[in-house]
Amino acid sequence: MRYSGLKVITEGLFGNKGWKPAWRDSAPKAEYDAIIIGGGGHGLSTAYYLAKNHGLTNIAVLEKGYLGSGNIGRNTTIVRANYFLQGNSEFYSHSMKLWEGLESELNYNVMHSQRGLINLFHSDGQRDAFARRGNAMINQGDDAILLDREGVREHLPYLDFEQTRFPIYGGLLHPRGGTARHDAVAWGYARGADRRGVDLIQNCEVTGIDIENGRVTGVQTTRGAIRAKKVGMVVAGRSSQVAAMAGMRLPIESHILQAFVTEGLKPVIDHVISFGMGHFYISQSDKGGLVFGGDLDFYASYASRGNLPMVEHVMEAGMTLMPMIGRAKVLRSWGGIMDMSPDGSPIIDKTHIDGLFVDCGWNYGGFKAVPASGWCMAHLMATGESHPVAARFKLNRFATGHILDEEGTGSQHNLH
Amino acid sequence: MRIEGRGQIDRTKPVRFSFDGRDYTGFKGDILASALLANGVKLVGRSFKYHRPRGILTAGSEEPNAMVEILEGNQQTPNTRATVQELYDGLKARSQNRFPALSFDVMGVNDLAAPFLSAGFYYKTFMWPRPFWEKLYEPIIRRAAGLGRLSGKHDEGHYEKAWAFCDILVIGAGPTGLMAALTAARAGADVILADEDARMGGRLLADLTGVDGKSGPDWVESVLAELRALPNVRLMSRTSVTGAYDDGTFGALERVSLHRSPAPHLPRECFWRIVAGQTVLAAGALERPLAFPDNDRPGIMLAGAVRAYLNRYGVAAGKRVTLIANNDAARLTARQLMAAGVKVAAILDTRPDASAVEECPVYLGSTITATRGRLGLSGVTVAHAAGTATIETDCLAMSGGWNPTVHLTCHLNGRPVWREDIAAFVPAPNAVPRLTPAGACNGAFSTAACLAEGADAARKALAALGRTAPPMAAPKAEDAPYTLTPFWQTPDVKGRQWLDFANDVTTKDVRLSAQENFASVEHMKRYTTQGMAPDQGKNSNVGALAVLADATGRGIPQTGTTTFRPPYTPVSIAAMGAGGRGAGFAPQRFLTSDQASRDRGAPMIEAGLWYRPSYFPKPHEKTWREACDREVLMVRASVGVADVSTLGKIDIQGRDAARFLDLVYTNTFSTLPTGRVRYGLMLREDGHVLDDGTTARLGENHYLMTTTTAAAGLVMRHLDFVHQAFCADWDVRFISVTETWAQFAIAGPKARDLLATLGTMPDLPFMGVAPVTLGSVNARLFRISFSGEQGYELAVPTRYGEALFRDLVARAETMGGGPYGMEALNVLRIEKGFITHAEIHGRTTAFDIGMEKMVSAKKDCIGKAAAARPGMTGPDREQLVGLKPLSDAAITAGAHLFTPGDQVKRENDQGYVTSVGYSPVLNAWLGLGFLKNGRARHGERIRLVDHLRGIDLLCEVTDPVFHDKEGVKLRA
Amino acid sequence: MRLTCPLCGERDRREFYYYGSDDYLNRPSEGAAPDAWDDYLHLRTNPAGITHDLWYHDMGCSSWLRVTRNTVTHEIHAVEAIAAPKASARGAAK
Repeated sequence: MRYSGLKVITEGLFGNKGWKPAWRDSAPKAEYDAIIIGGGGHGLSTAYYLAKNHGLTNIAVLEKGYLGSGNIGRNTTIVRANYFLQGNSEFYSHSMKLWEGLESELNYNVMHSQRGLINLFHSDGQRDAFARRGNAMINQGDDAILLDREGVREHLPYLDFEQTRFPIYGGLLHPRGGTARHDAVAWGYARGADRRGVDLIQNCEVTGIDIENGRVTGVQTTRGAIRAKKVGMVVAGRSSQVAAMAGMRLPIESHILQAFVTEGLKPVIDHVISFGMGHFYISQSDKGGLVFGGDLDFYASYASRGNLPMVEHVMEAGMTLMPMIGRAKVLRSWGGIMDMSPDGSPIIDKTHIDGLFVDCGWNYGGFKAVPASGWCMAHLMATGESHPVAARFKLNRFATGHILDEEGTGSQHNLH
Repeated sequence: MRIEGRGQIDRTKPVRFSFDGRDYTGFKGDILASALLANGVKLVGRSFKYHRPRGILTAGSEEPNAMVEILEGNQQTPNTRATVQELYDGLKARSQNRFPALSFDVMGVNDLAAPFLSAGFYYKTFMWPRPFWEKLYEPIIRRAAGLGRLSGKHDEGHYEKAWAFCDILVIGAGPTGLMAALTAARAGADVILADEDARMGGRLLADLTGVDGKSGPDWVESVLAELRALPNVRLMSRTSVTGAYDDGTFGALERVSLHRSPAPHLPRECFWRIVAGQTVLAAGALERPLAFPDNDRPGIMLAGAVRAYLNRYGVAAGKRVTLIANNDAARLTARQLMAAGVKVAAILDTRPDASAVEECPVYLGSTITATRGRLGLSGVTVAHAAGTATIETDCLAMSGGWNPTVHLTCHLNGRPVWREDIAAFVPAPNAVPRLTPAGACNGAFSTAACLAEGADAARKALAALGRTAPPMAAPKAEDAPYTLTPFWQTPDVKGRQWLDFANDVTTKDVRLSAQENFASVEHMKRYTTQGMAPDQGKNSNVGALAVLADATGRGIPQTGTTTFRPPYTPVSIAAMGAGGRGAGFAPQRFLTSDQASRDRGAPMIEAGLWYRPSYFPKPHEKTWREACDREVLMVRASVGVADVSTLGKIDIQGRDAARFLDLVYTNTFSTLPTGRVRYGLMLREDGHVLDDGTTARLGENHYLMTTTTAAAGLVMRHLDFVHQAFCADWDVRFISVTETWAQFAIAGPKARDLLATLGTMPDLPFMGVAPVTLGSVNARLFRISFSGEQGYELAVPTRYGEALFRDLVARAETMGGGPYGMEALNVLRIEKGFITHAEIHGRTTAFDIGMEKMVSAKKDCIGKAAAARPGMTGPDREQLVGLKPLSDAAITAGAHLFTPGDQVKRENDQGYVTSVGYSPVLNAWLGLGFLKNGRARHGERIRLVDHLRGIDLLCEVTDPVFHDKEGVKLRA
Repeated sequence: MRLTCPLCGERDRREFYYYGSDDYLNRPSEGAAPDAWDDYLHLRTNPAGITHDLWYHDMGCSSWLRVTRNTVTHEIHAVEAIAAPKASARGAAK
């Protein structure tokens, strides 16, 4: 069933009785050509591109809960391509290009909104660091504009330019940065994969990975054993547990990142704003809620919920930067489980076990990566070779010292 | 309509207020909603999606409809519940989400287009043409959506945060909570009793249920009087406990002054962090609406709310009221209205087998098949066991039963449990450690049961704390069984039946989501937005689950629930962020010379948390550059004075101090003679540079380490870790003395001459240190230099810092010198090729900065092994170089480097610029940067490109040291 | 979240700095194989359940603490100073 405005009208005229399921409920088959563990954004996009780009349709996505139940449904929805290290630049740039065609690609409105992202800076040194980043973005073919204080004021007149603790020197504007409707991304990829014949199997938890003579042969699940010669682990948030089934120890520590949404408000913030000194970022959803977040709670956790110190810190940052949001009321807070890697960059790689692949370590930047992560993971699983734009996301780069540390904070998982 | 003789308001104290520009009068003790109803105002808002006319549904914080903007001067507070906002003289309220007016809202056309605006319709359209999304569709959607408005002006309100600690926290002060608090208080425990209402008592005030032979309000007052008199009890009314967190910590929002006209001496709100040994949750229950066609018209209210308006505020919510319910308890509404002389048109009972004996017509087996009235209810059509009826009515009280307020028990991921007998979820056992739910929130609905459970929960909490409860007789109260027959939606009727009033979600939307296979409860929620509105599904979640369960053929327990997360009621950002405004966000650190620098007109800039002088302008100087150039030349030609106290200083002592330094530094300090200073390089354990600085040996077992300003705290923590983790048995102790000493750089060819004017000074060699006396003050003199000139640093106890700075500057000025600021300091160090955290930015290795030889081969050190990984050295890495433009044009930090002739693109990137400065000595811009294989490329030309600032020019790659390469001046 | 520092008593989480797994205590000896360093610095068991990790009483006594706790429920089972056993050993040596 193809979606369109006309379809919405014709269905509406007939009581919306004609809408078909967005995807089938599949029962697991005994064997697939490839299995993807994890029905989140990355897993679903991997399945979609395996089918679309590589013609692999006898594949299944195994999801222990419901599709999109992980971080794809609990993030602050920011889409950007503003990295500066080689290895990251080309990957996120590729992802941005995929985002820009995603609605027509998926025939699903993921509400990708390129409203512009502004990173604020508060000293000469930070200005230089952001200039370095902005120049790298342009060298990559993406866009960046350096704003001075007055330039920022033109875009964001409501910031506190007078009293805030860290005076605003300017900002780096990334016009193509923005937001998207997070759940819709998962649903769009799920529907797209389903239409290409991929089996999406919910409530199917993987309990074991079968390995014979150094080769993967399939998985054990709560819905029985399933054979496959290729298995991809795409389970950010639970990567360590799934990899442990294959006897692996990953360079990952799990941490909680909280986010917040206010009650609906008439439009008041038109950009995505990032305030690095306060670890605070904010945008306004199309429904009117202010969506914002801050730093990790910082202790390893799988609890999907956080504690007050970071809640208060985030609110305080909001108040020093833009006290006009003071009377907006926080409606809901939530926490996602982040795969934190030692350098803040992800892993898309083979493992030492033949046929077993891993896509993990997205830290707290996984949402914007969903299209390219799926694209590159599909390429890797189909061809056995890393995609060129993900060639540096190696599993062994920590052992070899080929680090991709944008923050420069070092091999401490929670500092990225 | 006010009813004489009813209500707990003060009729001797009228209160004036306005709504949408019209003036009204209410009474002290009113909430905005009761005063509006008393004045006959039923239409108070517009719905979120269809802009349907909406009235007041509830009498509490769960209100989904009656949200207004409160105006005070140029400040406004959106989304304020009229059911919570207390009336005060001069209160100005305005309806929201309507244009141009509440009674005529053009966006009401959405309601006519409803067939096309079904659940998730927006995922299926607005995709073409692509650029129209940001330019057209999205702006329209954004404007139509949203509720209230922020003013866009800074919130000038006053907010506070506070901590409270207690043995037992009791959440909710209805019968359960009062009884729990009383039991705990009599046992001598420290008790906090928090309730979100302005007055404690809960449903005892709203229903007038008697206890121990007293009326509800009288019994409440007697308990409160006792609690107030006890020193171990703290009563916190107007305080909503908003979140349960780990280890007995709760967040709570107190509305300190929102109930009165703005008072400058009071905070608006206070956000409490309450830490409790034990907690009794007595949060009560929330009534459920019923789903029937057009059940959202103004005038359709919850039955319990109708009782609250009658009994507490003396207001009849209508002139001709109808009740529809699926349970016995709701009959009280009709009986109390009739007793007050209000006409009750009929009681509609959805159950065919309920009692029909009332003093008004009763229709059993009833369903409502239609309602009428555009801006307010005028009538309903009923199908009942014996036929159909049309009833004229302006207020419909409805009750679908009650949902225990389990929210806080879900905040630590507890999943509530379905109880078939009450058709509701109750808290899972031990969902929150050390918290006991009791009373209605635990599924016990009679007053007697609430009182008993409250006392029991307190006894349990006391026992856990090792206290004994005093013997107390259980008060007597009604103990009627709670009987209902679930009724989730009206079958076989046309029209939309609302579930989530606030987000405009109907039973059709839920069924459509199931039809499209958004069949899991989380998918349904996210697809339809059910439960995501300001009431977070308090009114609608259970009903929606039941409809989904029906549509998918599963039971409610199998369908599961979505998760309640904090906060229980919305909390303003300003309250949770209290103290963060302006400078409050982070501590400010000031140098002892701060005032002296400001006296000289120096602009102060942030350096981490510190403030440091940027430059010291002279009257004739128009730009910072003029001042900076002068200060640089001054240091190079005579003498300059700079406050360098922000550098971290760590005093290290013990027999193993030397050994310890050898472990944390790459180079060796055990061989450093007493009285000498050495530059040290410190790595993180991952092999990258952590910090650099000088460390002096003050005695055999006594060192003084210096860190950079930025890394002072980091290094201290690192040293503590290395010591406690790897060599706790070594005899070494250290402490930060950063704030103990004020330290000043005296730099320039006349530095020694300046020092000589202070008295007899030791003749220190370069990198020497000695104790000195300034008058009677014990000081330390270091011969070190960050400028490349003959340089000293003089340290005195902090209390002498300002005096010494003023004195040194005055002496320097007599010699043609003076103070210099951060700008000059930066140029001086760039000329000399000294690095700062612009260069050691966390990705650089000792190899990158040309210091790999400083990693001693003779000993282990932190970071040595990881620095030996293959990726950490070699020609592919970017190495520190100097850069000198071939023209006299300016260069910028942040520019990237390319080999001339290469295309400017990421693949050809050769490096980047980290620091630049204009050298008035060399009359040229100088830069430091990192270049691939840079040390082998000195003398080459490189193209420097800064797109952002329009710079594209050629530079010469040089050694990073531009000034006095041999160090002659330094040692002079 | 509240931790009971062995020296300072029960304090709110905000007084503490978090480092990571107590793997960081097992520093390989100089010259250990690169794998041992990779294990030490990067690879983590990262359990969903009981874990032992390192916290620093930053705004208190500067003790580094080894905390035994549950990463799923946030229940805290034990807090001990990492230097304590060695400190007693030193006492014995005197």
